[in-house]
Amino acid sequence: MPHDPVVEVSDLSVRFVNRDLDLQVVDGVSFSLAAGEVLCLLGESGSGKSVTMRALLRLLPDYARIGGKIRLAGKDVTTMTDRQLEAVRGPVGAMIFQEPMTALDPVFTIGTQISETIVSHEGVSYREARKRSLELLEMVQIPSAERRLDSYPHELSGGLRQRAMIALALSCRPSLLLADEPTTALDATVQIQILLLIRSLQRELGMATIFVTHDIGVACEVADRVSVMYAGRFVETGPVADVIGRPGHPYTAGLLRSTVHAESRGQLLESIPGGPPDLADLPVGCSFGPRCSQHHAACDAGVPAMVPIGEGRMARCLRPLLATAEAA
Amino acid sequence: MHLYILRRLLYTVPIIIGVTIVCFSFIHLAPGDPISAVLPENASTELMEEIKAAYGLDKPLPIQYLKWLMHVAGGDFGTSIMTRRSVVSEVLPAVGKTALLAITAITISFALGITLGLLAGFSDRRVTDRSITAFAVVGISVPHYWLGMVLVVIFAVQFQALPATGMGPAGTHVWDFGWKDLSHLVLPALTLAMIPTGVLARSVRAMVAEVRRQEFVQTLKGKGLRRPRIFLHIVKNAAPPILAIMGLQFAQLLGGSILVETVFAWPGTGFLLNAAIATRDLPLLQGTVIVLATFFVLTNLAVDILQTAIDPRVRRT
Repeated sequence: MPHDPVVEVSDLSVRFVNRDLDLQVVDGVSFSLAAGEVLCLLGESGSGKSVTMRALLRLLPDYARIGGKIRLAGKDVTTMTDRQLEAVRGPVGAMIFQEPMTALDPVFTIGTQISETIVSHEGVSYREARKRSLELLEMVQIPSAERRLDSYPHELSGGLRQRAMIALALSCRPSLLLADEPTTALDATVQIQILLLIRSLQRELGMATIFVTHDIGVACEVADRVSVMYAGRFVETGPVADVIGRPGHPYTAGLLRSTVHAESRGQLLESIPGGPPDLADLPVGCSFGPRCSQHHAACDAGVPAMVPIGEGRMARCLRPLLATAEAA
Repeated sequence: MHLYILRRLLYTVPIIIGVTIVCFSFIHLAPGDPISAVLPENASTELMEEIKAAYGLDKPLPIQYLKWLMHVAGGDFGTSIMTRRSVVSEVLPAVGKTALLAITAITISFALGITLGLLAGFSDRRVTDRSITAFAVVGISVPHYWLGMVLVVIFAVQFQALPATGMGPAGTHVWDFGWKDLSHLVLPALTLAMIPTGVLARSVRAMVAEVRRQEFVQTLKGKGLRRPRIFLHIVKNAAPPILAIMGLQFAQLLGGSILVETVFAWPGTGFLLNAAIATRDLPLLQGTVIVLATFFVLTNLAVDILQTAIDPRVRRT
C-alpha cells in the first residue's frame, strides 16, 4: 500500500480540560502525508504545533480531549486501547524530542535505552538488540559507537545526545518520524549537522516526516510542504518554496518579515504588532484579526474557512495576499 | 571506588571523636555527678575524694577525656560506675536487642512506606493520593511514646491480646522466636515503625510524582514501552534520594529509641542510655554513644555506595 498516505488527519481538535480551564488548543486541523514526504508545522510558541504532533501518537496529558480522526498507516489512533497504542509507538510513529538531555533517561545507558525498545517491539534477545543498537549509532554517525553504547546521556555532548535520540527513534524502522524542534536546544553549528542528518536519513529510509519548528530557516532546509499554525489552526499550507516565496496569509507574511535572511541585511526587522493570542479569549472572527494590517469588518463575522489560493495551496483568509497581488 | 570507601571509613574516626567530645561536654554541663549518685548522701568528703581519684574524676576535664580516649583506642571502654561490669558487656547485649527491634520495625516500615508511597505516586486518582498522604502526615506527627501507650491500652489492656512490656516471658536472655517471644515484639515494633513509614511514604510519593513529570517519561511512552518497564525506569530514577532517607531512618532506629524502649521496658540501647544518663554513668554513656555513632556513620556510608551504584551521575572517587 505505498500509495496510501502514512498519516491522515481530518478535523483534529484538542481541548485541554480540567477543573479550572477549558482551552481549545488545536482546532480543525486536517492534512495527510505520504511516505517520503516532509511536512513542516511552523508557528510561534503556543500555536498548537507540538500538541498537534503529539496527538498523532496520543502522547498528551490525561486532561487532553482529542476530537476528529487520526489514521496512522490506515489505523484509527483515536479509538485505540493502550496496548494497541504501545504497538504503534515506535514501529509506526516515532518521535524525536527537543531537549535530548531531559528526553533521555539519565540513569540508563544509551545502549540500554535503544535496546529495550527493540526488545519490547520485536521480542529479540538483548544481545541481538545491542547489535542493532550499535548499527543504529553508526547510522547516525556517532564516533566510537561501541563505547557510546555504554555511555550515559550526561556523558555525551548535546549533538551526540540528539544523534542518540534519533537512533532511538529509528530503532524500530518507523514509517512516520515526528521531530519536535529537534535542533532548538543545540548550538548553531550542530543544528545544521543534525538537520542534514535527519533529512538524509528520512530520504534514505523513505519515512514520512513531520517537523515542528518556529524557525523558518529550518523549514526551508527540510520541508516539502509547510503548514503555518496560529492559535491552534492551520492558517496557510502549501509547498515550502511557494509559501515562503509568496505568502498567502498576512500572518505568514508577518512571520517572514520578522525573520533574518540574506536580503534583510541593513534593514530593520519588522515585528507583528500586538502579542500572541490568548487561547482562553479568542476573537469571534479570524483569530489573527486584531493584529492584521489587512483587517476589515467582514473578518470579525466568523472564523474564515481554508480556501484554495493556488496549486496545492490553502489559506484561512478572506482576502489572501496572493489575490490582492494578482488583482493589482 | 575502593579508595573512596577507604577514605570514607577514615572520615568516621574524626566524626566519632567529635560526637564523643560533644557528649562528654554536655554531661559535665548538666548538674549532678556520678559519685553522688552511687554514694549515700552522708558519705564523708574523704571517701568521695577517694572514689573520685579511683575513677580519675579529680583530674581536669580535658585530661579525663584524653585518658578515656586513649583507653578506647586500646579497646578498653572502661567499667560502668553503676553495675561495676565492663561497658562492653553492658552495651553489646543491648545493641543486639535493639537491633532485633529495629530490624523488625524497619522491615515493616520499608515495606509499608514504599508500597503506600508508590501507590500514591502512581495513582491518578485524587482520593488514593490524598488519603495516603493524610495517613503519612499523621504517622509522622503522632508522638510515638503516646502511640505506644495507646496501643498498650487497646491491645494489652482491653483485648489482652498482646503483652504490654518486656522482651519475653523467659526474661530477656533466651529468644526462641516462638509466638510467646514474638508477641512481645509486635507493639514496640509497630510503634517504632510509624514514623519511618510516614516519612518514607511521603518521600516516595513526592519523588515518584516528580520523576513522572519529567520529559523522559514521554520518551519512554513514545517508544511504546509497556507499563512495567516504564515503572522500572521511574523507580530507578527515584531510588537514590529514597535510599538516603531509608539509611537515615534505619540508623536512627538502630540507635534505639529512649522513649519507646522505656514505654515498653525493652532492654535495648535506648533503655541503657536512659539509665546511664539518669545515673551520670559516664563510661557507659560514652561507650553507648560511640557504638551508636559508628552505626550511623556506617549506614550512611553504605547508602552512599548504593547510590553510586544506581545513579551514574554520582561518581565518587
